[in-house]
Amino acid sequence: MTAPVLALTDITKVYGRGDAEVRALRGVSLTVERGDYVAVMGASGSGKSTLMNILGCLDVPSSGSYLIDGVDVGSLDERRLAILRNRKIGFVFQSFNLIPRMSALANVELPMAYGGVTAQERRARALAALEQVGLSDRVRHEPNELSGGQQQRVAVARALVTSPALLLADEPTGNLDTKATGDVLEILDGLSESGRTIVLITHEDDVAAHAKRVIRLVDGLIVDDRRQAPVGGPPPRSAVRLQSTPGGAS
Amino acid sequence: MSRLEILRFALRGLAANKLRSFLTTLGILIGVAAVILLVAFGEGASQSIQKSIQRLGANTLTVSASFAGGGIGGPVGVGSSRQGNGPRTQARQLTLDDAKALADPEQVPSARSVSPVVSTGSATAVRDGASHTISQLVGTYPSYFEAMNKPVETGSYFVNDDVLAARKVMVIGKTVADELFGTASPVGEQVSVSGVPFTVIGVLKTSGSSGFGFQDADDVAIVPLPAVQQSLTGFGALSSIVVQATGSDTTTSAQNEVTAVLNQRHGITPTGGADYRILNQATLQETVSSTVGIFTSLLGAVAAISLLVGGIGITNIMLVTVTERTREIGIRKAIGAPRSAILGQFLLEATVLSLLGGLTGVAIAFVGTRFTIAGIEPVLVPSSIVLALGVSVGIGLFFGGYPANRAAKLRPIEALRHE
Repeated sequence: MTAPVLALTDITKVYGRGDAEVRALRGVSLTVERGDYVAVMGASGSGKSTLMNILGCLDVPSSGSYLIDGVDVGSLDERRLAILRNRKIGFVFQSFNLIPRMSALANVELPMAYGGVTAQERRARALAALEQVGLSDRVRHEPNELSGGQQQRVAVARALVTSPALLLADEPTGNLDTKATGDVLEILDGLSESGRTIVLITHEDDVAAHAKRVIRLVDGLIVDDRRQAPVGGPPPRSAVRLQSTPGGAS
Repeated sequence: MSRLEILRFALRGLAANKLRSFLTTLGILIGVAAVILLVAFGEGASQSIQKSIQRLGANTLTVSASFAGGGIGGPVGVGSSRQGNGPRTQARQLTLDDAKALADPEQVPSARSVSPVVSTGSATAVRDGASHTISQLVGTYPSYFEAMNKPVETGSYFVNDDVLAARKVMVIGKTVADELFGTASPVGEQVSVSGVPFTVIGVLKTSGSSGFGFQDADDVAIVPLPAVQQSLTGFGALSSIVVQATGSDTTTSAQNEVTAVLNQRHGITPTGGADYRILNQATLQETVSSTVGIFTSLLGAVAAISLLVGGIGITNIMLVTVTERTREIGIRKAIGAPRSAILGQFLLEATVLSLLGGLTGVAIAFVGTRFTIAGIEPVLVPSSIVLALGVSVGIGLFFGGYPANRAAKLRPIEALRHE
């Protein structure tokens, strides 16, 4: 049996000191197997964003251990951490976070540029990723020429273009309308179906319904961990849709 | 991640904000060009002044009478008593005997030649109806030509025989030749000065307008001393005595020896005021050089201020650029950019800006120094180019690197939260 993609043991995160001390996470332990699709839910202030930033190696926990693909993140130096972020993690932000004044294609190519992929291969893979999110006709557009939904799809393409072990999405649909939300979730469903490990944060039940497993955080602690579909199978909504409209998705 | 890749990112970053990049470059450009140009002008002015001093004669001392000591007598004709015995209150003129005493190699070993000079201002020369007022008519010995650095272009100098025989021969300056003869050759022609006929035997080489004063150094006529005394000034006092030292290192000792001889002859005590003064070419040159040096430094300082302003411009832009793009740095870090790549990108952006501005500035300065402005021919000083470029690039690197390094060190989440 391979090592789990994620293994968190007793992670805590404390902001500030003294009276201003805020305990955002109070000891979270979590294991995510390869191919799983996990939705983390919770009210604002429950610590879910903090958890996500730690998962994405954007922030460091105050205590506890964190393994990605069996590698202890806490033991890595700055340079190795950058490589890890580049190779193992794809991150989708609520506010898209595309780099302005760079075309969609250049944005998607960027992680591969830092990863040392040759220009030709980079181009091919970026185009493939953009096609996967249905934006083949928008590759030359800059972020401000794209709608929110399209920007988020570019961001998804950027996150998955390096074939990361883990795709993290921090409220990816938080800034999108219903239609665009549907588009993005459909893409995520498709990715999950093809075996990609996904962890997303949301506070919408509709979005969480797409995941195979739903975790609820309250005040920095996991209070509920519910499985909606088996790790190995397709995501629940995708399965439903497959039954109702055969061949419709992915 | 290759360096070429980082360079591409840097260029793309600059291209993303063309106007800002252009203005920053312009600031540096003006600073660098100003430093190089102003220093070049200072240097050019300094060199041209030095040249005109050298044109006046090398290693020469000019002794002239000074009336500071006592009552001022008539301008000429005071045949002073020969021997100085007892203290004098009356200032004495310089005489031919003084010049002869100075020419004694025992007493003044550092002197190579001594030329007594009588000069009159504004003598009117006439030739075939053409008339010209020569601003300086000099009566002297042949050694004067060498001492005062006045080579003859056509014709010849007069010689000692001409002096002994008091021949009415004349060497004229270029201006005089042009005024009286136009394009015709003046050598062998007759010119009458105040009714006395002189034969022109040579024309001096153009010395160019002398650096200071408004006198035209070419508006001159040089004749044997007795000739001018006989016909024009009378056998009175000398205007000055030109002493040429044996070398540049002996001008000071020559000055001391001349002082000793004249003090003795004129009966001047160490406490009494001298009735003559000595103008030392070397001292003059030193004084002028140091004055011009101050002038050049001043120009350089003004230019340095403009370079500093350009540097502050680059600092400001880099600070704004990095601060404004902290979020972008966060995004780049989140998708796995190593610190070195981010730092490299911003350093390269700053370097490209300051190098571009600096090199264009140097190019403009090169073009600018081709022109002569206000009679000064600028001379490029290599060290000023190195300094100006170095400072601009240094400022760009430091003030671009410092905020970029700070931003690159942030944890990704901190950079991302930056608004």
